[in-house]
Amino acid sequence: MHELSIAASIVESVTDAAHAYPGARVKEVRLRVGALASVIEDSLQFCWGLAVEGTPLADAVLAINMLPVILHCDGCGVDSEVAGVQSFRCPGCGALAADLRQGRELEIESIELEEPETSTPVRVEEQA
Amino acid sequence: MTTRIVELRRGILKKNDELAAGLRSRFTAAGVLVLNLVSSPGTGKTAFLERTLRELRARGEAAAALVGDLETDNDARRLAASGAPVRQINTHGICHLDAEMIGKHLESWQDVSLDGLNYLFIENVGNLVCPSSYDLGERIRVALLSVTEGEDKPLKYPGLFNSADAAVITKIDIAAPCGFDRELALRNINEIRPGIHIFETSAKTGAGMEAWLGYLAQQAKPA
Repeated sequence: MHELSIAASIVESVTDAAHAYPGARVKEVRLRVGALASVIEDSLQFCWGLAVEGTPLADAVLAINMLPVILHCDGCGVDSEVAGVQSFRCPGCGALAADLRQGRELEIESIELEEPETSTPVRVEEQA
Repeated sequence: MTTRIVELRRGILKKNDELAAGLRSRFTAAGVLVLNLVSSPGTGKTAFLERTLRELRARGEAAAALVGDLETDNDARRLAASGAPVRQINTHGICHLDAEMIGKHLESWQDVSLDGLNYLFIENVGNLVCPSSYDLGERIRVALLSVTEGEDKPLKYPGLFNSADAAVITKIDIAAPCGFDRELALRNINEIRPGIHIFETSAKTGAGMEAWLGYLAQQAKPA
């Protein structure tokens, strides 16, 4: 149940980023969440509703892109997507593969803003 | 009205990750090996840590512990019996420790200086889900699992087990009466985290502690 802290962190981060676009309204917040990030999609959506209440993000939609685990197999030399999170074996040869290339992501990918025609960004580049 | 997409590509827990990175640099500079112990409530983290602290002290090593719980300082008092400096962190309802809590408690810990330590153990709040997302600046994350919990724990909580560097099976002295299937447990841990170091221990009898302490000594050696 740490989804509420995660939702609160997203609100903080997005509010901060949106400051660069005065007058703009945040329509959507897009996340990339790996299958191993220990985040439950429904729970995060529920907590999002609580976290945005009374903030400028109150109407913003949270779009969660859940990413499957991708493993690199040393034997085959390829990266493959694995179904589920119950076994870390290369789907090609069946060997155990510890080299995780995707699956732990927990990031805000982008935000969609609706802004008046006259609005000019004061800061476009976001810090990495 | 126009629509604009702003790429952020920003970690949601960026603030925690930055604080953790700062802590990790401090730990490395001070030459202290920091471990984050994570398990369900009741696995025996405290008993295992108490034994570890006692054995390390007997070997002349300087070890200390930070222990996280929602409420009470019971664990800190238990651990302090080992003679090691111990500090309780009460999260008051929060289900995990974060880097800020670690930083704050280190700052105000009068009787401990990182430079004087060889080992610092952080006993996380008993929880197999939330602690996996929060980097505490540790070098080694240890996932613990007791013989009473069921061999499929790693399959049920892959996020945590996959993020661990070492796995410790506790309470092996009661494995037989519990009908613990050792082979299955080892296989499940290895399926979720291939190649992980696994230690089979009993804090009560001391079984497996030698291998665990050997691992600690090896990890603590300067690279």
